[in-house]
Amino acid sequence: MSRTWRVGLLSGLALAAAPAHAFIAYVSNEKSNTVSVIDTDSWTVTKTIKVGQRPRGIDFTRDGKFVMVAVGDDDTIQVIDAKTQSIVDSLPSGPDPELFAQDAAGKILYVANENDNTVTVIDLEKRARLGDIQVGVEPEGMTISPDGKMLINTSETTNMAHFIDTTSRQIVANVLVDARPRFAEFKHDASELWVSSEIGGTVSIIDPRKHEVIGKVTFEIPGLRKEAIQPVGIGMTRDDKTAFVALGPANRIAVVDVASRKVTKYLLVGQRVWHMAFTPDEKYLLTTNGVSNDVSVIDVAAQKVIKTIQVGELPWGITIAP
Amino acid sequence: MIRWLVGLIGLGLAATSASAADPVMIGVGYLGIAGTRSTLSLVEQPTENDGVAGARLAIEDNNTTGKLLGQRFALEERRIREGEDPVQAATALAEKNGFIIADLPADALLKVSDALRDRGTLLFNAGAIDERLREADCRANVIHTAPTRAMLADALGQYLVWKQWKRWLLVVGSHDEDKLFADALRRTATRFGAKIVQERTFEDAGGARRTDSGVTLIQRQMPVFTQQAPAYDVLVAADESEVFGAYLPYRTWDPRPVAGSAGLVPRSWDAAQDQWGAIQMQNRFIKLNSRRMTALDMQAWTAVRMIGEATSRTNSGDVKKVADFIKGPDFSVAAFKGTRLTLRDWNLQLRQPILLVDGRMVVSVSPQEGFLHQVSELDTLGYDRPESKCKLK
Repeated sequence: MSRTWRVGLLSGLALAAAPAHAFIAYVSNEKSNTVSVIDTDSWTVTKTIKVGQRPRGIDFTRDGKFVMVAVGDDDTIQVIDAKTQSIVDSLPSGPDPELFAQDAAGKILYVANENDNTVTVIDLEKRARLGDIQVGVEPEGMTISPDGKMLINTSETTNMAHFIDTTSRQIVANVLVDARPRFAEFKHDASELWVSSEIGGTVSIIDPRKHEVIGKVTFEIPGLRKEAIQPVGIGMTRDDKTAFVALGPANRIAVVDVASRKVTKYLLVGQRVWHMAFTPDEKYLLTTNGVSNDVSVIDVAAQKVIKTIQVGELPWGITIAP
Repeated sequence: MIRWLVGLIGLGLAATSASAADPVMIGVGYLGIAGTRSTLSLVEQPTENDGVAGARLAIEDNNTTGKLLGQRFALEERRIREGEDPVQAATALAEKNGFIIADLPADALLKVSDALRDRGTLLFNAGAIDERLREADCRANVIHTAPTRAMLADALGQYLVWKQWKRWLLVVGSHDEDKLFADALRRTATRFGAKIVQERTFEDAGGARRTDSGVTLIQRQMPVFTQQAPAYDVLVAADESEVFGAYLPYRTWDPRPVAGSAGLVPRSWDAAQDQWGAIQMQNRFIKLNSRRMTALDMQAWTAVRMIGEATSRTNSGDVKKVADFIKGPDFSVAAFKGTRLTLRDWNLQLRQPILLVDGRMVVSVSPQEGFLHQVSELDTLGYDRPESKCKLK
């Protein structure tokens, strides 16, 4: 069975970009140990897939054929076949994988392993572990620069964004940010790296060439105590004009004007909002709301929440078929 | 070489990769009392390295970060034996260490802090929960990571009131610290609208905590001790001395829950705490120390992490610079409690959520929803600024 998957993935890579099919979102439910499959036409859960323990980070392979989900308490990343919507394989991550990033070709996977201060490098075709990179305490956020040359990892207790050269696999710079950095996202033009700090309550904007913090997004919501504002997931529109920032227990998504770095609007979603994903046409943004066990659907153009979908317990990560 | 580049003022700093130069050495001392105290429950018996084990983990965590910044942390432990002078021990420790984590009784801590004041050593009180160290006897060179009795009592009281268990039967031990905890619980009851329907004192008549036929006798004593009480919702025990508290659950005359020093207990940390990323920390601790993490371990970990947080933000090992940053308005530290922890600037007490635990699970975390405060909801726990008698000097 595992061989079938490998062949499938290989042939998928050989093809050009797969044709877009109906939008399907996959949501990892941290407590239920399931993945909910959502159809974006009907906005309903069409299937619930049982996975390993504590599923969190979730992403499609570049060819759109498989969904990878990090099941931290089982120390592995499981692979779901998007066609059959069932688990077909697993990848050799390090202990307690949480978030991961893949290179542009979809050949190399970089996994943050929270338990041993390393980033594991995996060859997706051979399913082999290529090595580990030592980083700070509790690595979490992972992203790759648009040109594929720089891997970013954030470490939650060290409070840094580590810049890792993807060729040499060496750390080339460390940038201090506010407490508990959880998520990193590049602007599509690669001019800025945004890093959210959950406990610090800010998003740091880093110049990726100078390795310097050049600005910060701060949040203020009348009537809400500062401590409840805990930025986590970040989504950036393809034109780099608007960023959406999930604010955790503040139960809101902040809409940020990227140029001025100012919040223009707060959208009330479900409780403890974690992560988000755009539909490929960028019409909708879906957010996972941990405590209220649902997914909010935001109309991106109107900047309005239009729908709530019940999923499993403690939804965490989300990915949408390319 | 210049190893820190100021971005825009107030926007933080960017650190370059580790330099090949010699790392900056940062010495941290740990000063405690030799030996351990006896607890009623064998599973709660502290180990010899209670507290310092947490400091050790934080030193490792700081060094992982320090490697990237050219900073190296080292820990030196010193235990005071009976009859030994704490000031002498502290002075010796301060020779090489600009920071000292102290797990000392209040009087010894005060002597040490006064003796080290001119030297500029920064002390962290990781062990003593006495109110007076943050009130009339507060000191400008002592930062408190241990919560106070009033914070613990308020954390418990908020939950009991939220649960609508407002009628308390208060049972107090006969030792001084038991009476202090009872004082804190009485204050909590008044603040949050609970009623102490009756108070009883449990006299410590001496006796062993380990016996071969212990349960038989306890099972006869405890129901009798708690009978004929006025109607109450919860028995609240003040027994810091470990004389009777743990004997009460399941043995009260009336079927009532127990809280305080046994049953539902307020603590800064617990081995069962797994929320807000704590599981990674618990795993790291078990790997390093081959046992589970206690509240004292956490209080020491937090102290050493505060030092590490300040040295990385200031990119300096200079005690004065680090101390100023920790006491300044921009300081906060993450400690797996779901919110940033900051210092009360009027008495240098660390604000922190308090866990309510039953020995197996975290039952709740205070402050409870609905207890509001104009500055920080964490200030609904313990003495607040307007009540404080502290004048830092």
